[in-house]
Amino acid sequence: MDIKAYIESGILELYVAGALSEKENKDVYKLMLEHPEISQEVLEIESAVIKLTESVSQNDITNRINTIKQNLDFGNDDVKVVPIAKPKYNWITYSGWAASIILAAGLLWTTNQNKALESNIQTVETQKSQLEIEVEYSKNNLNHAKTLISVLRDETITQVPLAGQGNFASTHAKVYWDKNTKRIFLDVEGLPEPPKGKVYQVWSLTLNPLTPVSLGTLDNFTTKENKIFEIENLNESQAFGITLEPTGGSESPTMEQLYTLGIVAAT
Amino acid sequence: MQLETLVEKFKQKDEKAFEALYHMYSKSMHGVIYNIVRDSDIAEEVMQDVFVKAWHNSANYSSEKGRFFTWILNISRNAAIDKTRSKNFKNSKQNLNSDFFVDILETSESLDNTTDSIGIKKFVGKLAEKCKQVIELLYFKGYTQSEVSETLNMPIGTVKTRNRQCIQELRTLVLK
Repeated sequence: MDIKAYIESGILELYVAGALSEKENKDVYKLMLEHPEISQEVLEIESAVIKLTESVSQNDITNRINTIKQNLDFGNDDVKVVPIAKPKYNWITYSGWAASIILAAGLLWTTNQNKALESNIQTVETQKSQLEIEVEYSKNNLNHAKTLISVLRDETITQVPLAGQGNFASTHAKVYWDKNTKRIFLDVEGLPEPPKGKVYQVWSLTLNPLTPVSLGTLDNFTTKENKIFEIENLNESQAFGITLEPTGGSESPTMEQLYTLGIVAAT
Repeated sequence: MQLETLVEKFKQKDEKAFEALYHMYSKSMHGVIYNIVRDSDIAEEVMQDVFVKAWHNSANYSSEKGRFFTWILNISRNAAIDKTRSKNFKNSKQNLNSDFFVDILETSESLDNTTDSIGIKKFVGKLAEKCKQVIELLYFKGYTQSEVSETLNMPIGTVKTRNRQCIQELRTLVLK
């Protein structure tokens, strides 16, 4: 590349004037870095243009820099003093606030914990009383069951199976008669639930002549879970029967509604 | 300090570098702006704005794109032209004369008698009319080569060589 010719072309004068394209500017810059002569030429052109343009200015403007420096906040010590004055909020202030915030948060947390525990205690107490009731209930059940077992094992007890009659052949019941204590245990597991407005009535019978004596109605048939009723029996019964009667019971058994019947075996 | 280093520091917002660059170019920029607005106080105001603007936009300058002088020269010319277009300016300067920079130099009485000024006065006196126009348009007004070619009715290649000759003359007058 002919550097001299390049310089003589006048491109560098246009470069300083800012009259070249972006790409041309880059090219010139590259050549300046590669060739000190070109760089030197540009510097001289620039100095000459600066001298010329300066001569047009007739003001003494060297002191105007202070106005600009003020505008741009240069070296303004007052501004820098502010951050130095700030540390009045020292570490004690900050840690104090931090501590009080932590304390408040802690108190709130323990209060909540306490409330939660109190409600837990109440729940547990409720559960406890429920369990006590259940235990009591179980004890009663157990006692009852023990009584029943003792009845079943007692050889003095007379067992009377009651067989289903007529339309009710599929039903059955059983009487355990403790003659010593003059009571019967009636197991009616084999009877269906009585229809509404009706109730089972238990009868003690003597056969010659046939005389029924009411032993009472099974009013709580539905609610009785084990379907075993304990009934007092002062009669010299020869047979037991169960009929379905209107609620409240009847004077004499309705024979069409005789469900079960059983005769006491002669001893 | 090297100009490159100075400009690099200026880009990194070094206040001292900015001050140095201001001292190097402020008077030159004031001359360029004054040539356009023709009011010393307004020119000063615009020139200060130019340097403030340069500071804020220092990141936009890169030496790859051109000389730092050329960059700030561009900002100055644009700011000055913007100023002449503003409403206030138009109201106060109804009849802006269209004289070239040379008229300022020739008619000025306040020019001091430094070597430079004397040289430039001589130069301007000697300068051919064609030279005055080319320099005016390229450096003071920021015309492109083809705009100068059109305005002066001169082949584009001639603009380049003519300008080269004119600046060569100027250099012999002010730099020796």
